[in-house]
Amino acid sequence: MSAIVFERVSRSFDGRRVVDDVSLELVEHRIGIVGANGSGKSTLARMINGLVEPDAGRVLVDGLDVAKQGREVRRRVGFVFTNADTQIVMPTVREDVAFTLRRHRLAPAEANERVDAALARFGLTELAERPAHRLSGGQKQLLALASVLVGHPAILVADEPTTLLDARNARRVARHLAGLDEQLVVVSHQLELLDDFDRVIVMERGRVVCDDVPAVALPRYRDIDAGDDDADDDAQDAAEERSRP
Amino acid sequence: MIGVFHPGDSLVHRAPALLKLGLLAALVTAIALQHSVLVLGGACVLVAGIAALARVPFRLLWRQLVPLLWLLAIAVPVQLLLAGWELAVTVALRLLLAVVLAGVYSLTTPVTETLDAAQTLLRPFRRWIDADRVGLALALAIRAIPLLGEIVAEVLDARRARGAEGSIRAVAVPVIVRALRTADHLGEALVARGLDD
Repeated sequence: MSAIVFERVSRSFDGRRVVDDVSLELVEHRIGIVGANGSGKSTLARMINGLVEPDAGRVLVDGLDVAKQGREVRRRVGFVFTNADTQIVMPTVREDVAFTLRRHRLAPAEANERVDAALARFGLTELAERPAHRLSGGQKQLLALASVLVGHPAILVADEPTTLLDARNARRVARHLAGLDEQLVVVSHQLELLDDFDRVIVMERGRVVCDDVPAVALPRYRDIDAGDDDADDDAQDAAEERSRP
Repeated sequence: MIGVFHPGDSLVHRAPALLKLGLLAALVTAIALQHSVLVLGGACVLVAGIAALARVPFRLLWRQLVPLLWLLAIAVPVQLLLAGWELAVTVALRLLLAVVLAGVYSLTTPVTETLDAAQTLLRPFRRWIDADRVGLALALAIRAIPLLGEIVAEVLDARRARGAEGSIRAVAVPVIVRALRTADHLGEALVARGLDD
């Protein structure tokens, strides 16, 4: 597995510290990040492939500094967003998956082979020639996964990949995520998605408040979530929203 | 262009996109310059032959023509009254033939092949124009159409739900804001997919 290292990382938006002096070394296969809205979990995830750069500290992926070697890092780190609709670039399912490989400059036969394999992996072969924007929400999220993983990244970061989906489609996407060989970092509010993970990090107000196996970390998060009702959280939440476009 | 490609293995499907684009441009220009109803009638036979060769379902081709029929329903009577039947028929045939030819092209050519063709055409100008970037811009422009359509439909629904049917501002402001946010999200997704260089 790759090594994702956060060295005393901080990041502020609108004068509010969204990530506050976080140090972590992530080497496990499947890692979950949980926390309330505005806790800094999405910002932390976005830092792994350089969508957000830290104000202080460093983020390293396999020794590469994300702030300085962003392009190399992004070849290793795939990212799946909450809303699959905004990730689809090309009109048909096959074309969208193939789009990722345009910059890889592969021979057409090899590119086709990889596209076919990615479509088959996510059960999209039958939908290959369908207009991508007419797929269901679950199918769009699977397309987003196929489009990212066709590039063979070593790490996949998924920011709340099941939040916009109904229960059936969320289970479907979760099943596919669970079967991935790639190192996986998932930000999620749906805690059952993280039950079988190797490690879960609980964030609160920009800091790591628990870092343990799911059996320990998830109950801890539930306790925090049940007891927390602070007006200041709204401002923190709004500040983290600034990390998203 | 937006997801209308119909897969197949006809001669027209297999022809290179660049050749098809060249033929499309040449035929549409020739049709546009033609004034004889008789010759345009002959062109109808030729275009029908091309459509048959492409083996695309008639209903898909018809769907491409429907928006044009509204235009013809207004333009043809006006031409009939002002310029006579010959010009009315000529204008109608020119438009119909051009749209059918463009429809055959769209139905038989994936967008990626069109982008590759555009990049090939731009290659001689690579000192001045980044062909990859132009290809990406074309892809995004095509992608933006259904995305904007969805945004407008959702905003119209929201306006109706809040009883503000008459307000143009209640459509324009949220559509612009959401379109700009969507553009930002799309840009971020492109960066995440390694298209930031």
